[in-house]
Amino acid sequence: MDVLEKLTVLTDAAKYDAACTSSGGTRTAKKGYIGNTSTAQAGCCHTFSADGRCVTLLKVLLTNRCVYDCKYCVNRRSNETRRAAFTPEELADLTIQFYRRNYIEGLFLSSGVFRSPDYTTELMIRCLALLRERYRFNGYIHAKAIPGTSPELVERLGFLADRLSVNIELPSETGLRSLAPDKTKGAILAPMRQIQTRNRQSREELVKYRHAPRFAPAGQSTQLIVGATRDTDFHILRLTQGLYDRYGLKRVFYSAYVPVVEHALLPAKDVKPPLLREHRLYQADWLLRFYGFRAEELLDEGNQDFDTRVDPKCSWALAHLDFFPVEVNTAAYETLLRIPGVGVTSARRILSARRVGPLHIDNLRKLGVVMKRAQYFLTASGRMAEGLRFTPDSLLRGLIAAERPLLPQQEAVQLSLFDQTETA
Amino acid sequence: MDIIYLYDGSFEGFLSCVFDSYAHKESPAGFFSGEDAVCTLFDSRTVPTDPDHAARVLRKMAALSPEAAVLLRRGFLTCLPEKELYLFRLVAKLLREGPGFLRDRSDETLYPVIRAVRHLNGEVHLLKGFVRFSDLGGVLGSEIEPKNRVLPELAGHFTARFHNERFFLYDRTHKEALFHVPGRSVIRPLADFQMAPPDEAEARYRLLWKRFYDTIAIKERENPRLRMSNMPKRYWGTMTEFQGEDWFKPRTSPEAVSGPGAPAGISAPGTPPPPGPSGPGSGP
Repeated sequence: MDVLEKLTVLTDAAKYDAACTSSGGTRTAKKGYIGNTSTAQAGCCHTFSADGRCVTLLKVLLTNRCVYDCKYCVNRRSNETRRAAFTPEELADLTIQFYRRNYIEGLFLSSGVFRSPDYTTELMIRCLALLRERYRFNGYIHAKAIPGTSPELVERLGFLADRLSVNIELPSETGLRSLAPDKTKGAILAPMRQIQTRNRQSREELVKYRHAPRFAPAGQSTQLIVGATRDTDFHILRLTQGLYDRYGLKRVFYSAYVPVVEHALLPAKDVKPPLLREHRLYQADWLLRFYGFRAEELLDEGNQDFDTRVDPKCSWALAHLDFFPVEVNTAAYETLLRIPGVGVTSARRILSARRVGPLHIDNLRKLGVVMKRAQYFLTASGRMAEGLRFTPDSLLRGLIAAERPLLPQQEAVQLSLFDQTETA
Repeated sequence: MDIIYLYDGSFEGFLSCVFDSYAHKESPAGFFSGEDAVCTLFDSRTVPTDPDHAARVLRKMAALSPEAAVLLRRGFLTCLPEKELYLFRLVAKLLREGPGFLRDRSDETLYPVIRAVRHLNGEVHLLKGFVRFSDLGGVLGSEIEPKNRVLPELAGHFTARFHNERFFLYDRTHKEALFHVPGRSVIRPLADFQMAPPDEAEARYRLLWKRFYDTIAIKERENPRLRMSNMPKRYWGTMTEFQGEDWFKPRTSPEAVSGPGAPAGISAPGTPPPPGPSGPGSGP
């Protein structure tokens, strides 16, 4: 099989992994090496695929041969599909040549479990070592740590990669037992804990010795599949919060389950991937990481799933109308962040601008506040937007209308179907 | 007295105009450079570029507010119509009132400049990803078609990342190019440039990339509107993955030689090879 065919098979097999970021890297250009990772704090998209997702790394599997039989996965042992494997040289050459042409920011290397987790990880290490040492590649590398790999190998992997990730995939243990019988919760969490501990140690060593080797300097991430099991949004969001709090993860990715196989335990093949649900989870994820929200504020036992009509922040605001309106000239930063339509950037700009003089409603749009949403929830110098009248009911309709054009077309259709079933 | 300044179009030239307007107590009604000089009701005067005057203006700006100096330099690279007037007003307000008003982005003198600079910064950020190099016999070459003059802002990024490579980056809109050889890089005007057809290896990597791009999309999630808002179509013209079939044919294959009027990106046979980092026609 030639490289073009291998690339096709192994890209096709890797595409369901949502994680594709190149942020957090700290490699500066080095003499005799090619590349760096310090483009900006925000990472860099090199293109966007037909589904609108950012492509920043060459995302492929080393091989799609796999001894596991996870029911939801295209690469499971029992699936009849073409199998292929890159040699380390082929993959290193591809990475360097793509990088030189500025097609990519680096490599995202994952793999099916070939023979055993240890054997597969050794292959990955061989490939990455070749890339770093012989090809002198100094760009971004994201590598998968496969659950069940021995700690010594995870350690070596971490010194070659910028970011490591262990995919949880199924958000609950019952889900794991029924759909991924070869994986256990313990096997997944062990490497995550090891990466966290090792990363912290490496940071401490770096303070003492400037040239201490860096262990996964861009931290670790994970992915949860949404919609393959019956887990609720509340369950998923609390799990996410726990991962941020206790495992120090940089990111949790959500991947709407795309039915690729017919199985009694899985959604039928004609079920559309729950893209709107995935979208709501990402919105909530941002609220956890940058807005000071807790999972328990957004959802609770009685309210286990997100409102499909409005985003989680609006949803929270509608349930706490007594908190509003907020006066932008006096409110604290944390309070400003609670206003729908005000983000981290615009809140900072408000803080800076109000030191010059009192703010009026007309100033806010220029500071980046999204007035379509924010107008209902704030006052500036004691006044609301001119001519604004609303009742709780028209408020809800206004917020739904403000977001609808931003949702993907497919979602709008889904939404109207949903409305019908709800009223029926 | 209102007056029109004619200058050479350079940043230093503009700063010299600013200096002159204070030296002669004139208030400028417009700035024109090069061929776009026009007849107006106002008096006009040609201001010679004086590096010494320019440096004094910039030093004063930086002393009042380092951010304002950056804004001034970047603002001059933007495609804002009559940018010189907006920038002049910013300088004048800064000298009159001090740097306090810079904290309020909604200030009416500051806002147009900030918005234009944000447009520039956005374009620079996107192009860091969307630039596509071709290996032309060991030299990397690329073309872009930006609205703003992005090369000075992109130079640092690409020269750091590819410091060992020899490369050039041609800006079709402003007809200038960034040339880099290890240890040295310059931006020079370049009137015209045609990319030569690829050799075997280059055509192969282009094809590999196109295949990767086509395969990575998930069919069930297709969303052309989202793609277009993340990556506006005006960038597609210079990106490998959106080129027609001919872009992927090596020059040795007979189909690639299609004579004059060849489709986008592929030059007719007999086109001279691209200039090296010290290529011809690159001097001002």
